[in-house]
Amino acid sequence: MTINTLSQDGVQRQQMPCLTKMERMIISMQDPDMGIKLRNQRLLITVIPHAMTGLDIVEWLIKKCSISDEEALHVGQLFVKYGYIYPLKEPRNLILKADDSSYRFQTPYYWMSTRWPASELDYAIYLAKKNIRKQGELIEYEKECYNALHKRINHTWDFVVMQAREQLRASKQRRKGDRIVLECQEQAYWLVNRPPVSPEHYKLTTLTKNTIAITYCAVKYNQIFFLSCLFFLARNRVKSSICLESYVKYCEQYQPHDPIMQGCLPSNPWITDDIMFWNMNSETVALPTKLRVERWSFSFMELLNDQMGRKEFLTYLEKEFSAENLCFWQACEDVRHGETAKIPEKVDEVYKQFLAPGASRWVNIDSKTMEKTLEGLKRPHRFVLDDAQMHIYFLMKKDSYPRYLKSELYKNLLARAIVPQETKKSVFPFMRRQRHSSPSPALATQTAEDDGKAKYSNSNSGTASRL
Amino acid sequence: MCDQTFLAITFGPCDNCSQNKPLMNIYLKNEPINYCSLCVELMACQGLAKGETIHTLKAESETLKTKLEEERAKLHDVELHQVAEKIEALGQFVMKTRRTLKGHGNKVLCVDWCRDKRRIVSSSQDGKVIVWDAYTTNKEHAVTMPCTWVMACAYAPSGCAVACGGLDNKCSVYPLSLDKNENLAAKKKSVAMHTNYLSSCSFTNSDMQILTSSGDGTCALWDVESGQLLQSFHGHSADVLSLNLAPSETGNTFVSGGCDKKANVWDMRSGQNVQSFETHESDINSVKYYPSGDAFATGSDDATCRLYDLRADREVAIYSKESIIFGASSVDFSLSGRLLFAGYNDYTINVWDVLKGTRVAILFGHENRVSTVRVSPDGTAFCSGSWDNTLRIWA
Repeated sequence: MTINTLSQDGVQRQQMPCLTKMERMIISMQDPDMGIKLRNQRLLITVIPHAMTGLDIVEWLIKKCSISDEEALHVGQLFVKYGYIYPLKEPRNLILKADDSSYRFQTPYYWMSTRWPASELDYAIYLAKKNIRKQGELIEYEKECYNALHKRINHTWDFVVMQAREQLRASKQRRKGDRIVLECQEQAYWLVNRPPVSPEHYKLTTLTKNTIAITYCAVKYNQIFFLSCLFFLARNRVKSSICLESYVKYCEQYQPHDPIMQGCLPSNPWITDDIMFWNMNSETVALPTKLRVERWSFSFMELLNDQMGRKEFLTYLEKEFSAENLCFWQACEDVRHGETAKIPEKVDEVYKQFLAPGASRWVNIDSKTMEKTLEGLKRPHRFVLDDAQMHIYFLMKKDSYPRYLKSELYKNLLARAIVPQETKKSVFPFMRRQRHSSPSPALATQTAEDDGKAKYSNSNSGTASRL
Repeated sequence: MCDQTFLAITFGPCDNCSQNKPLMNIYLKNEPINYCSLCVELMACQGLAKGETIHTLKAESETLKTKLEEERAKLHDVELHQVAEKIEALGQFVMKTRRTLKGHGNKVLCVDWCRDKRRIVSSSQDGKVIVWDAYTTNKEHAVTMPCTWVMACAYAPSGCAVACGGLDNKCSVYPLSLDKNENLAAKKKSVAMHTNYLSSCSFTNSDMQILTSSGDGTCALWDVESGQLLQSFHGHSADVLSLNLAPSETGNTFVSGGCDKKANVWDMRSGQNVQSFETHESDINSVKYYPSGDAFATGSDDATCRLYDLRADREVAIYSKESIIFGASSVDFSLSGRLLFAGYNDYTINVWDVLKGTRVAILFGHENRVSTVRVSPDGTAFCSGSWDNTLRIWA
């Protein structure tokens, strides 16, 4: 990867789709029928043709894109920032104002996409012209740039001055109106491309994403892609209607559980500064909320993902004398996601507890899978228990899980589950509640490690900064 | 949840090297064969067969691609917004900044939530990785990386460690210590090694394994304790910018998006690229699974976000608007999957109605590019990080 100091290529690659889009819009803005109405604008003693007001721009955008004022102003602002539209009254202030301030479209010659990069030589000529035309016209940072350039490209300075003089002479032969327009356009271009503060789209140290030319081997890539394609083609597909319906169902089912969509009871902690919601839904709470218990019925995965749900399910399985299934599944998960070095010993444990003939918690797997698994145990690896795990998982999902949902245990819990009261709005809405800090998860393991040393930080203070 | 999300994987002796490994299912001259990922790569590197040129190879690939698109179109009988017509439209949407986290000295590049629903880890261009309690806005830990542009950071599922990396081409894991005097950098563990910048990293279901994506065009799965490479994933022809693990029951797949405009779905065990989508017109900056695991959304430099369905095997929705000109840098779903939050390079965050395809709200507030957007684990809020050096929590 390269952080190029003159990352023209990279930036151009990133910018191009945006610039093309902006230019398309600019062109439609200038459409004689559907575009913005242009009029003459008086600037001091001269009349500038084809000008428009900031309000015109904003209103056109509102109508064209069906957006709000705020957004239209924001979009319009982008056009000014990137130099497609420039202000007439205060040229150095690249801001769009939604009032009667005048703006003009920049000529395509000076568009960002066509004039990239803005070379040092061009800039030097421009500054020299300004300097010659009227002494003291250069402002502070321009003077600095001018002096720096003078030092840097001193060897071509004669050329610079000559070019400047030539261009000034040629411009004197133009009509005053045209001359002013051209000067405005050129000035606007340089204000965008050589601003006092480097804009982010022009920053010299920009991260560039590169198409890796060095390591990418065309042949290898195409071979792999070719092989993959055959695999892709062989795939079984499902009708769109079925797939899309499932999203509708999913969103509908989960909507009451989505705090951003439907709020949460008692209240959203981020909004009211009250952490009751988190306390009531913690892992170790005595009685869970109704929504939480209902969610366990959505899918087997939801039940297992909730520690409390898992515990409840284990209790149910114990009643049914099939708790070893869940324990086996958990042990397999531990093998799959655990440390590589510990795999052989963990697999051995699993075998002893669950798979060996006469094991204390023997799991009932079909003979074919059992045979394959036992064979694989001779050379244990991370996925050796996958088949057996999946068999047991499906067993639980298709058999024990539905029965659990119909059981007294579940139904009782659902009946007893809490529906929290909505927090009453504070009498003094502007008074902020104290925000309590919570013990860091890192603390839990640390105290487990330090045998007796209780390192509890004061968990009710507002600040517990460890920096 | 459809059982199609399960991938049957063969594990056994490779037809080529005879080693016991997870096997890829590929076809050679229309015959199915079982090769391990390493042998597939070696075979691919063997160069062109007799009579083949890079052009014939490319041409063959193109014909296959066209055929694939035809097959995909066959079962496409309805559009998402048609199916969504019967649903009620969402009402007025109000989301405000509830917390602003200031403290980074430079652009914020990445953010991740802790499973405790209130802590976050963020990384920045200045090389700092900070762990915050976003609720109180307190900083709890800070790590100074030896490199700048820390583009990737992730919180471990246990909440006891963070992983980060960037221009150093590595992914390092830092256990979070509560001892004020302890230098977190001292206990750092270097896990991943790539040959180019690290763009994204994620812990799998435990603290023991990390999945990384890199500017060198590959993704890789690593064992944290030993730093061993468990599996590598080849198939992108340019920088891979983002990855996301599937929330599926078996947890075996993930999706990656890159500068080659492709979004690829991979099997973590065999390293096989199982599905590939190429409909974006520019770099894919961000990929995120729909909560059910049956689809994923992407955000791209072409200023659109798109939704791809894994069972239908095609793109099913495009989220774009004429007034949105700049690329989307990051996307995430709300808990129910009804809303898609996307951060853009024009400093705004747009909220999309996933089913109807319309934009529900536009959020202003950041003063520079929004580089990352993440919804909290319980869906109560989302966090946005920006090049304006701040993080904002919205609810």
